[in-house]
Parts: sequence; C-alpha cells; structure tokens
Amino acid sequence: MAMAAVTPLHPRTAPLVRAGTWRRWAGFVVASGYDPHPDREYAAIRSAAALIDISPLYKYRIAGPDAVRLLDRVVTRDVTRCRVDQALYTTWCDGAGKVIDDGMVSRLDDTTFLLTGTTPSLRWLSMNAVGLDVALEDRSAATATLALQGPLSRAVLERVAEDDVASLRYFRLMHTKLAGIPAIVSRTGYTRDLGYELWVDAERAVALWDALMAAGTPDGITPAGIWALDTARIEAGHIMADVDYHSAHLALIESRKSSPFELGLGWTVSPDKGPFNGRRALEAEREARPRWRLVGLEVNRESVERLFAEHGLPPRMPAVPWREGRPVYRLGRQVGYATSGCWSPLLQQAIALAHVRAPYHEPGTRLTVEWTVEHRRRQARARVVPLPFFDPERKRA
Amino acid sequence: MGLTYDAIVIGAGANGLVAAATLGRSGMRVLVVEAGGSTAGQARLHEFAPGFRVPPLRPDPGWLPPPIRSALGLEGPGLERDHPEFPLTVALGPDELFPLPRDPAAAMEVIRRHSPADAERWPDFMTRLRSLAGFLESLYQLPPPDVSARSLQDAWALFRTYRAFRRLGRRGMAELLRTIPMPVAQLAEEWFEAGPLRAAVAAGGVLDYRLGPRAGGTAFILLHHLVGAPPGTIRGRGTWRTGPNAFTEAAGEVARRWSVSVRTGDAVARILVRDHAVRGMVLETGEELHARYVLSTLDPARTLLGLVDPAWLDAELLHAVRNIRFRGCTAVVLYAMDALPGKVGADDASAALAGVLSLTPDMDALERAADAVKYGEVPARPHIELTAPTLHWPWLAPEGKHIVTARVQYVPYRRRDGRPWDAAAGDALADAVGDVIEGFLPGFSNRVLARATLTPADIERRYGLTEGAISHGELALDQILFMRPVPALSRYVTPIDGLYLCGAGTHPGPGVPGGPGWLAARRLLADRR
Amino acid sequence: MSASRYDAIVIGAGHSGLVAAAYLARAGLRTLVLERRPVVGGAAVTEEVFPGFRFSVFSYVVSLLRPEIIRELDLPRHGLRILPLESTFTPLENGDYLVTWADPDETRREVYRHSPRDADALPLFDRLMQQMALAVKPILDMVPPDPTSLAPSDVAGMLRLGKHFRSLGPERFHALYRLLTMSAADFLDEWFEFDPLKATKSASGIIGSFLGPRSPGSAYVLLHHYMGEIDGAFRAWGFQQGGTGAVSEAIASAARAFGAEIRTSAPVARVLVRDGRAYGVALESGDEFEARVVVSGLDPRRTFTELVDPKELPDDLIEAVRRYRFRGSSGKVNLALDGLPDFTCLPGPGPHLRGAISISPSVEYLERAYDDAKYGEFSRSPYMDIVIPSLIDPTMAPTGKHVMSIFVQYAPYHVNGGWTDEKREAFGDAVIDTLSRFAPNLKSLILHRQVLTPADIERITGLSEGSIFQGELALQQLFFLRPAPAWAKYSTPIRGYWQCGSGTHPGGGIMGASGRLAARRILASWG
Repeated sequence: MAMAAVTPLHPRTAPLVRAGTWRRWAGFVVASGYDPHPDREYAAIRSAAALIDISPLYKYRIAGPDAVRLLDRVVTRDVTRCRVDQALYTTWCDGAGKVIDDGMVSRLDDTTFLLTGTTPSLRWLSMNAVGLDVALEDRSAATATLALQGPLSRAVLERVAEDDVASLRYFRLMHTKLAGIPAIVSRTGYTRDLGYELWVDAERAVALWDALMAAGTPDGITPAGIWALDTARIEAGHIMADVDYHSAHLALIESRKSSPFELGLGWTVSPDKGPFNGRRALEAEREARPRWRLVGLEVNRESVERLFAEHGLPPRMPAVPWREGRPVYRLGRQVGYATSGCWSPLLQQAIALAHVRAPYHEPGTRLTVEWTVEHRRRQARARVVPLPFFDPERKRA
Repeated sequence: MGLTYDAIVIGAGANGLVAAATLGRSGMRVLVVEAGGSTAGQARLHEFAPGFRVPPLRPDPGWLPPPIRSALGLEGPGLERDHPEFPLTVALGPDELFPLPRDPAAAMEVIRRHSPADAERWPDFMTRLRSLAGFLESLYQLPPPDVSARSLQDAWALFRTYRAFRRLGRRGMAELLRTIPMPVAQLAEEWFEAGPLRAAVAAGGVLDYRLGPRAGGTAFILLHHLVGAPPGTIRGRGTWRTGPNAFTEAAGEVARRWSVSVRTGDAVARILVRDHAVRGMVLETGEELHARYVLSTLDPARTLLGLVDPAWLDAELLHAVRNIRFRGCTAVVLYAMDALPGKVGADDASAALAGVLSLTPDMDALERAADAVKYGEVPARPHIELTAPTLHWPWLAPEGKHIVTARVQYVPYRRRDGRPWDAAAGDALADAVGDVIEGFLPGFSNRVLARATLTPADIERRYGLTEGAISHGELALDQILFMRPVPALSRYVTPIDGLYLCGAGTHPGPGVPGGPGWLAARRLLADRR
Repeated sequence: MSASRYDAIVIGAGHSGLVAAAYLARAGLRTLVLERRPVVGGAAVTEEVFPGFRFSVFSYVVSLLRPEIIRELDLPRHGLRILPLESTFTPLENGDYLVTWADPDETRREVYRHSPRDADALPLFDRLMQQMALAVKPILDMVPPDPTSLAPSDVAGMLRLGKHFRSLGPERFHALYRLLTMSAADFLDEWFEFDPLKATKSASGIIGSFLGPRSPGSAYVLLHHYMGEIDGAFRAWGFQQGGTGAVSEAIASAARAFGAEIRTSAPVARVLVRDGRAYGVALESGDEFEARVVVSGLDPRRTFTELVDPKELPDDLIEAVRRYRFRGSSGKVNLALDGLPDFTCLPGPGPHLRGAISISPSVEYLERAYDDAKYGEFSRSPYMDIVIPSLIDPTMAPTGKHVMSIFVQYAPYHVNGGWTDEKREAFGDAVIDTLSRFAPNLKSLILHRQVLTPADIERITGLSEGSIFQGELALQQLFFLRPAPAWAKYSTPIRGYWQCGSGTHPGGGIMGASGRLAARRILASWG
C-alpha cells in the first residue's frame, strides 16, 4: 500500500504546516493552510504576493498536426483562434452539453497545447482523438505548478525572470527561465488578482520555490494554502469542480449535471465554431434559455447578526470557506442551493455561490439561505448579485 | 457544382436497391452509387478461376419479407426458390453421412438409426423452431421495438410485436424468452441425445459467429437463420431459381422502373456534412454529388468512421461505434472441380452438396474449433461446410465442371502473432482445409482444378466489410433489434440530419435481403413528412 | 409417531430457509426448521476442520445479504459482525502485480502504473455499476411477474417493471440490457485496456457459473457481485467474524427469538401430500410433523423431484426442472498454514494479504481454465479467489498460524471419469502447484489441507451438482424463469408447498432475498 501521494513541493510545504491542517486534493496531500487560520495567507493574495502549490491539477500535453482539431472538438471555445502563447479558459462537455470539466487550454507552439483541468482527461481525450494525428501525454506528475498571485506578484517575478515578464499580458504565456530554471509563465490564476501560474519540471520545483521565496521576501511573499485560495476564488466567482458542480462523467444522476449556461459560463460556448461535443444540445439550450443559473449571493449581515442575537451570542462568521450545500429559498419555497461560501475579508461580507432556478436568478432578487446557528437551522437574508464579487483592474493591467 | 439528387444510396446490394426503389416509388430523385463493377453486393459473382464464377459469401439467400415483395412488386420466376432435398448433411466419417432430409418422415428414418427417441422428437422440435422463428418473422417486418416509444407509429409497431408474441401462447412465450439467450448446445442437448444430430442443430447457431455452440445467445442465431425457412428445414431457405443474384437483379429492375439511376465503379471518398446535416458526397474521382439524404448500406463503422468527419459525432457515439463487435471469423475456400465427389459409403455426396455438407460430426469438435480463435489462432481442426452451387446453376462453371465452396470457421481476423493475412498464410489455411476435406471425401483433391482462398482480411478488402464480418456486426443479443448496431443508431437515423444507415448492420440484420433497406427508406419517408 | 403440529415447516436450515423461517415466526406462525446436518447454515457454515483451525468451509465472504433483512431481523443484535475485506491483489505472470484498494485515490495510482487510461476509466465504470445496481435493486426486491400471463397481478407487475425500465431513461436501460446479455470480457473491453484488470474484474462474473469470461451472460453475474457495494451489509465484501457460519447462526438466533424451533440432524425424507395439498413432512427417522405450509429451502431438483413424488406435479414443471442447469463448476481448498504466504511479486506480510487474492493474471488465463472444464477436466491452471480470514479475525486459527480459503474454478461436477479420491487430490495438487508459482513458500507452510470438489459439496451440503447458487445464474433461468416458467413465485403446484431457496428469484449468494420474498408470499396467502 503506497503512502498518500505528495506533490513535488512537499519538502518545502510540509515543514510550514503548523497545525496539521492537510487535505486531499486529486489524490495528493496538500495544505489547507499553513497557519491554523488562513487570514494572513489570504491577505497576501490580495495585498502582497502569495505562493500556492497547485501541482495536483491534471495537465495534458497535446501535440501533432491535429492538435487544434482535437481540442476544438473537445472544448466549447474556439481553439482555432487561440494564438501561440495564448491561453483560453474553457469548459468541455459531453454529447448532451453537460460540463465534464473546466480548465485552461494553452498553446505552446503551432502544434502543441497544454490542457489543464481538475478531472483526469486522458481517456476522454483519446476517445475524441479517434482518427486524428495527435500525441497525448499526461504531464500531471512530471510538471509542478505554482500559482504566484497578488498585486506584488509581478515585482517578485521580475526579480527572477530572464525575460521581460512585466510585458506579459493577461491570458498570455511565455517560455523563460526563472532563476535559471526553465519554466512556462502564464498570466492566469484562480483569484482574479494580478497573478501568474508557473509550470516547471517536477524535479526543479523545489529550487524554483526557494528562488521565489528568497526573491519575494521584500514583497512579503507568503505561502498560501487552499483555504486562502478558496476564499479568493469565491470572491472571484470562479467555480470549482466537485464543489460547485459535478462533472457530467461522474454525476450519478442527471440533475447533478450542469450545462455551461447554467454555470454562468455561456460565454465560453462559441456560437460560430466548428463541430464539438455537445454542440447541438448547447445550441438548443442557448435559444431556450437555461432554467438554472449560478449566481452570487450577498448575505445580509444584520440578518445573520439577528440570528445570533436571538441566542444572546455575538455574530460569528465561519473562519474558513464552507463547501457543504445549503438550501436557498424564496418566500419559504426552495428555489436553489448554495454550493460554497465564505466570509470575504475584502468585502466584509458573507458571500456564496448558488444555483438558483429561473426567474429568481435575476440580480437584486431577495432570497434567504440556510444558516445554522446554535444547532438550529435558520435562514439568513441574501441578495442575488452578478458575479464576480471582486474584479480589480490590476488583473488585466 | 455537382449533380443534385433528393437521395443517394451508397451500395447497390439488396438493401441499397430496395431502399432506392422504395424512395423512387415515392417520387424522389434517387441515385445509387456502387464501388464494385456491378450491382448485387455480396451476391456478386467472383470469377476465381477462368470460367468459374461464384458468390462466395452467401450460400443462403435469406428470407425476403413479404411486405417488401408486395410493396415493390418483386415478382417473377427468378424469385421462385429451389429447395434441396437435404438442406443439411453431417459427414460422420469417410464412409458415412448423416443427411437430414426436408421430409419429416424421411428425416425420422435417418435419425432413428442413431436414436429412436430423437427420431420421435424431431417433428416436434422442428415445429417448435418454426413457431419461434415465426415470431421473429413478424418482428423483422417492423422497425425495432422501441421501449420508450413516443410516436404513434412506434407504439403501433410495439403493439403489433406484442400481439405476435401473445400469439405464441403461454408455453410458446415462455419458451421463446427462455430460448433466445440460451446456448444452442443446450437446446440441442435438451432435445436430442445423438451426437450427429446435436452437431447438426448446433452448427446453425454459430454461423459467422466467433463463439462456439456453448455460448449464450447462439440459440437465437439458429432461429434468426431459420426465419422464413420452409417446413422441415434445419438450414437455409432455398436458392433463387435463376441465379445467385436473382433478387438483386429483380430489385434493380424495380428501382430503374421508378427512375432510380445506378452508377457502378464509383467509390465514395467521403460524405459531405455541414451544420450537422448531410449535403452529399465526394467520389474518389473527386466528383461531388449533392443530395439532401444519403443512405449507406456500408457497415456502421465504415460509414461513420470511414466516410464522415468524426467531429460531427459525439465522442460517446464514436466510442460506441468503435466498440461494435464485427469479428469476422469465416474464411472461404473456393474449388474449381473437374467433377464432384461420388459416393460416401452408401450415400451420394453430390446430393449432400446441393445443400450444406458439414464436416463437423460432433458438438465438442465444433466447440473446440471455436476455442483457438479466441486466442487469435486458426484451429487445428476447423469447422467446414461445403456447398456446390453448380448443382443449382450449372452455368457458373464451364460445361461439366463444378464449383465447391468451403465455408471455414473459425478463422481469426487478427492473428495471434500479429502477422497479416498474406498469400502464404491463406495458402496454409487452404491446405489445412484441404486435408480435412480429404479425410471425409477421399479423392477430393485429385478433382480440384484450381482453388482460391478468401481469408477474413480478403473479405474485408474485397467487400469492404469491417474485419471481414459478413454479418455487418455480430448477431449477439446486445447487437440486435433496438441495439443494432448501437442504440443511438438503431432507428436508421444518425446524428447527422439526412444521413441514414440501411445496411445489414441495422435491424433486422443479415439474411433478410432488403429488410433494413426497406425499413430505413420508410423511416426516411416518415421523417420527410 | 409424533403428531406435533406447526403452522409452517421449513426444510433446510440454509440461510434462505432460516430467513424464511424468521419472517414466518415473526408474523406469529408456529414455525419449525428441519436440518439434515448437525449444524445450521447449509453452505454457510463455520467448522473446525482441523484442531484449532476454523474454516468458512464453503461460502466464505459476505456482501449480498439484503440490508432490509439485516434491519428487519435485527441481525447485528444476534451476532452479525462483518469485518472489512477491502482490497483485491492479483499477482501477475510477469512478476508484477495489481492491487485495487478501498481508497479510490490509491487504486487510481496503482492502476495508473499499468494504464493511465484505465485509471481514468475506473471511476466512470464504478459509477455505471452503481447506476446498474440501483436499476436492478427494485427487481431483486420484487416477486417476478410472469410476462406470459394475463392475470391482473402479473399484468400489474409487468407494467410496474415497464415503468421502472422507462424511468431509467434510454441510456441506462440500454446499459442494463447490455450487461444482461454480454460477456464480461466484451463489456470490460469497452472500458479498460490493462488485461489483468479486466481479468480480475471479469472473474467476479464467472464465480459460480459454468461460463468463461468471454461467454455471453457473464457480464450479468459481474453486476450480481457489484450489488454488495451499493447497499450490502458492508461497503464491499467482508468476512463475518467467526466465519460465515456465524451469519447463519445470527439468522437462526433471530428466528428463534421470534419463536421458531430449529432441529438439526433431522433429515426430511419427504413432504406429505394428500389430495394435492401438503400437510407435513416425514423424517428419515420415520417421525412425522404436520403443518399448514411446508417450505423447501432446497434446490429445485430436490424440491420437486426428491421431496415429493414427481407424479404429483405437472409434466411441464418436471420437464423444466430436468432442463434447469446446475452444473457446479467450482471447488474449494481450505488450508491450515504455519505462516503467511510470501508472494514473489509483492513479498512480505503486507496489507495486500488482508483482502482478496485473485489468481486471474489475464483474461486468456481464465478463458483457458474454462476451456479445460468444457471438456470435462478441472482447470490445469485454475482461477482462484483466496482469502486469509485469520489475518482479519485471529480467532480463526491458533496464534501465529493461519487459515486460507481458496475458491477454485473450474472444477466441473461432471468430470471425465467421475470424481474419485485420486482425482480430488490431483485437483488439490493443481491448485497448490499453481498458487506456488506465485507464492513459492506455500508448500512448506501447509499443515493440513481440505479439498472439496463439486461432488463433495453436493454430498455434504446437498446442493445438486455442487452448484453454489442452486442453479446457474444464466439469463434463461433468471427472474420469471427461475426455476421454471409459471412457478417462479415461490408457490408450487402442490397447495401449501412452497420454495424459498436460491433456486428461486433472485438467486445466488448469501442474499436471503428469496427467503424473505417467499415468506411474504406465504403470509399474503395466509388466512
């Protein structure tokens, strides 16, 4: 029996975890937080620079004359328009137009792409590659991924990069050397902040970590765990597979599946590209308008305070993001469910991502969300708001 | 710009011509394109030695559903059938045959020599088989039953199927449901004790199927090939009187009467699709033909994986189509003969060769023949069935000469050693087959003027059949009815608007000439309304 | 002559009979169970075969026992304790191995080593199997309606079934249909490429059947074995503490608690029938017991042709029973070991020994094992499903020693020349020799060995032809055809005479469902 798998950065991350706060992510052990409480790590994402080990992501290299054709038939966005050194955020669907996964397509050169996602995709890619001249390679284990996120991330990176990373635009990538270590730098992230994701050979990952930590000290670089990242991504309105939606390949029942439109990702479904999985179903759905929609909920602070006050308790917000489903009501009738939420330190507001049935997903709609206080299931008032909750200029600038 | 038709049918075999005629009759402008030099599909004559011609694949022309016959007015003396006196004979050794005559009394007489009890059961057995096959007969005139029937037409078909089922009576219904998933070996063992008789019954359950008689579902295969068989027949449905391709000739004539054009020698390079709808096709010559509908008699894999850009098919469907089990396992050795073998013991070999002469005298030998192919090997002792088509149609060979065809099972399409089927391998196979024949019919090889071998790979090449599968896809229980070829394609339609499948890869499958073509064309006409 | 009167007599204290008795007693019926052997349990018994070594002699793992039975009979209170059996270890011919663990992440890593694509396929396959098991569950819990009958209850049953199938949606319905008709190997070929993985999975499709992994129909048995993972007694397969006999003891204890009386060493000679009605049973001792209903937990052959005079029954039924196939295909080797086997491919006493050890290195290996059996020989290199219960439940063997249970297939009941003592030992040798190829120290560890052929299983347990499922689980003898058309609803043509064994729907495994359904039917007709 093998031990739980660890990422290539484990030798650096492990000693930092002070309170045994580990979790499993895609079969790997990663830190939920290094501190017992994620506030400091979160603060680094929003005000300095945070270094996050996201190596458990699945990464596939797709190369060959038909690489574009393969990806274009798999994902919902138009890959033919993806230029070299560009990355696209996209969903991919089954034949019924239900989302299997979401992730990133990066074009490394004319005939080479990297696909990253949160579910294993090798089998699916090869099922789609029938008759195509393309080589698939699972790079998940061979490549470590570090997210360097935060307003000062550019400054940190500039200190170690061989090339002009400062000029790297949003959703573009470059091959360069960081502290002498060959890496791919992409201006992407899960936080909607200024940030980068760094792709490096697994055996050089520790060296890169060390270099970044050393170079970033003046900018307050801070290793951050999944709690902090989760808070940032909820603020950013980014969904997470297995939490906010179920992969169509793993959902046991139909109602657990979602279309891109229902997830608020209709914009990733290109209306004028060539054939791809689910195209017909998605075309029909675009016309019929989806019945569900993923929205943001802002929870009314006073209403939560009142629930606590009834018991003579001071109001307490959850210290870490929550992921258990909570029913959402409209006038006492359930109209949806929240799938993840957190206290947003930035907005000073409890927020949540929720699936809400039409027509209650219009911004401004007043709903209530289940809130358990002192062992009693109560409801807190909430308001539908457009996603994301937070979208700073610096992300693109 | 190319020519424009309402519909183009790919393949001028029985199904293609029937589909074309059915559409032409409704006033559509229809073209049939055929890659071969002539029409007739699998019934096409193959001149394997100078002056010796034969359709190698289909000794049994199959059952023609009466509604097709009457709807298209397929009549004429050519479509009369001749029935051999001995539809099936099992060779027991170099001096003994076990012929099963059509006449029940005569059959009982023969069987009695091996088992009096079996002789008594024979008429009941044949009646039972006929009644069960009779149910399939009604099933095969209708589109496959759709359990989730939505349309009135589907519901009506379902109701008719149910009515036919009830007509079997309680015992018959239970018997049908019990028999269909059964191994044919079990059926044979339940009814009979005599080895040769068991072998005779079992051989009909493994026709072109890669498993042996102990495999579940082989009883169904036996029934399938007895749909429309005349009383007393345990094999085959009689040959067309005027020639092996009498049916395709008649169907072609009807098609032309309805202004269908036929182009032979034109292979399709690809089917044109735009926005999920078929637009026509490109021929290998580069010529473009346009049509709103395209019907393909090619097998589902050739059609969807070979002629269509796979991007138009969802990955799940592609996966399903790639997993259709074709598994050709039949090879054919053709013999040009100076003369037919004479007597075997007291029996006349040529009387047996007018029907099918099986050289596998017991069921275990049949099963053993199937063992090797599972591992990609040619069995040491293959199952061989001989027929002499020149006994029906002497003109297939020069005056006084004969042809014997040997159907050989089980021959792997993919060989264990990974080597291709080249001429040397084909020759080695034919030598092995020759040895077996010689053991039963001494002197056979001295009468052979020439021989030709069709391995599964040759059959694939020559007839465009994936993996050399004459069946267009195994007749296994999970590949029949609403599962044929795969559930999503079982209604003849494909995810590409206007593209229909109408070959034997769809319900009711092989051995029902024109059956799939007719049902597919009717489906198209209903969709058009 | 005793003239004791009961409401119900159950013949055979196998798990089905005991379940039926428990339910009848629970409903207030004065119930007597008569068992031929000195112990209850039938094929689910624990015996101290060698001093200090206790074996689940025949049936050795538990997972299919219906949860409603556990609940309704309150079995945990009566001693049901199921210990986990969480991994399957397959040693391979090339010196490598394959292990699937309870944890999906660990399994993924292990399978990934052999085939990254298969690692991807695993969770999807498991999902499908879960869906299929859910689709089958209502069918297992239903008295099978007769599609040939127009009786209102049958028509209603068929409509209910039709509605159920429609509710599955086309995709799942078709998947279920394929599972019912395909071979395990073909079905798995569509999912996986790593042959030993396919072999190990397909092995569960051939257990107890005279089918090879390439025989159509074997995919269904694969599902049968997945059922336990959905809502069985434990997450997956498990051991009963104290051996499988303790499961029987628990059910017996529950039955007694409801007031049932159980007599062992009381072989029934025949069912007493007068005017087409059963009124009791006669023991071989000559004792007679009267009862309003008599329930047979024995297999259809014994139920219809031995316990009663076949002349009391319609020819159709006798013919159907004659055609009903048992064809026992498996044997059992029980070893008392001085220590743990050491597998060359994964040496040492690791956790892989605590689960199942599957000798199924390739599909071809299994298929060739079947080829031998088709022609009346035991497999020269057989499939084996091995467990070492003493690793999980140390009470099964003296300290430091172990018991090993080896389920072996194929060993045909109708072996050429019949089963003799020499043949039995030759069979045992083939098993040990084959296993020693993977664990060379095995021979030196063996203190005692017990070899059971299908003939032995028949002789000891009474299961005809040694068929562990009381008849093959083949499509043509399932559901309304089990054991015979028109007599698949637990009743028989003799009024007051019922059947409740695994030879009735839904059959096979320590499931108990047929006992419960039979009792329900008997109680419905009571009054």
